[in-house]
Amino acid sequence: MASNNSIKKTLTVALALCIVCSVVVSTAAVVLQPTQQKNQELDRKSNILQVANLYEPGMDVDDAFDELITSRVINLKTGEYSDRFDPQSYDQFDAAKDPATSRTLSGEEDSAGIGREEMYSTVYLVGDDPDDPDQIILPIRGQGLWGLMRGFFAIEGDGNTIVGLSYYSHSETPGLGGEVDNPRWKAKWQGKKIYAEDGMNPDISLVKGGAESKYEVDALSGATLTSRGVTNMLHFWLSESGFGPYLARFHGNSEGA
Amino acid sequence: MAADSVKDVVLSPVFKNNPIALQVLGICSALAVTNSMSVSLVMGLAVIAVTACSNLFVSLIRQHIPSSIRIIVQMTIIASLVIVVDQVLKAYAYEMSKQLSVFVGLIITNCIVMGRAEAYAMQNGPVMSFLDGVGNGLGYAMILLVVGFFRELFGSGSVFGFTVLTPVQDGGWYVPNGLMLLPPSAFFVIGLMIWVLRSIRTEQVEKAEYRIVANSKAKIKESV
Repeated sequence: MASNNSIKKTLTVALALCIVCSVVVSTAAVVLQPTQQKNQELDRKSNILQVANLYEPGMDVDDAFDELITSRVINLKTGEYSDRFDPQSYDQFDAAKDPATSRTLSGEEDSAGIGREEMYSTVYLVGDDPDDPDQIILPIRGQGLWGLMRGFFAIEGDGNTIVGLSYYSHSETPGLGGEVDNPRWKAKWQGKKIYAEDGMNPDISLVKGGAESKYEVDALSGATLTSRGVTNMLHFWLSESGFGPYLARFHGNSEGA
Repeated sequence: MAADSVKDVVLSPVFKNNPIALQVLGICSALAVTNSMSVSLVMGLAVIAVTACSNLFVSLIRQHIPSSIRIIVQMTIIASLVIVVDQVLKAYAYEMSKQLSVFVGLIITNCIVMGRAEAYAMQNGPVMSFLDGVGNGLGYAMILLVVGFFRELFGSGSVFGFTVLTPVQDGGWYVPNGLMLLPPSAFFVIGLMIWVLRSIRTEQVEKAEYRIVANSKAKIKESV
């Protein structure tokens, strides 16, 4: 056993172990990657269907998504559809990290706390006509209390009436801020309006002590900072910095064509 | 140690020598992942797989592990296995892996895995080591399931996602206890379990390291 402790033996064992382990780990990662990506894609699609109220338990998510939803890439600044990227493969989270396709937000503008914003974003449309859709689903994200919250925000074809808000990834406190997942709270969003008047200044916000107008939604009790995060990120993404220019195109349209 | 029977090796960690209840190891993940039974079950299975396989591999190469780097060698084997388990979960149980999030990765730091590799697999043959890993994983999984049962029942009124006590939100009578869904409640449940276990099996009660004596009265000189 003494020979086990020689420097040569020690190095050999360490090296051999490293090689074997790294081969095992990388094989597992490579072999399983396609299945994992499929899962993530499926999860994203079912989230989009859910926020648009189109999801039914047991449905084939892939088929339903292809049938009901059109993905388009828009230029956030002009609000125009863009053909620069393929909507199927465009990843806006990657784009937000790349200086060529994103911009740094100044502290004042960055109410959502995301640091950098991509110049192009994917939007998901329900309905056939991209200029007069039934529903528009926007990807949004921003800081909650404990970390980044990512979700989808669905709006009627008039660019003003809310269909729903849903987060697919967040790290808020279970039972308090985590109640953003509560279906009863999510149901409160339906039918609320974003803008009180034409323009790009969103009026929708979470309020304490009972929402009264159609621009207010009840805040989550015991979760002041999460509620504030939700309000801030909506204000950011629905303003001129976010989807404001794009949504302004629809303001003349009727509610759900 | 050669006289260990298969039954002893597998079953004794479940009740007699339970890693959580007796040795109080691996508590941190037991707190985090026990708010529902299905999550506890998957976590338990993951730990069984990792403990069993790491014991097996450590035992297979135990004659060749230089003692100066043996902890690192064990750690590397455990870490690789945990990554593989994490990848498999992401591929075949996506929803579950989302709920478990970082806690699968944290199996690496679970003292049970490392403890068994160092204490058992370094001295015993591969088959017995594998079974020892299965047994200790089972012991861990059992505690997780029991804790998960109480937390899910009282916190959400359901067992394995099936509603048992209809909560008031859905028109029932049961007011869910929100505290049960938060990690501290796992402390209470585990504490109570250890109490029950040690009342039944009194040999598990540890000897007190010191005796608390009655308060001594301060002697104040009355020099008036």
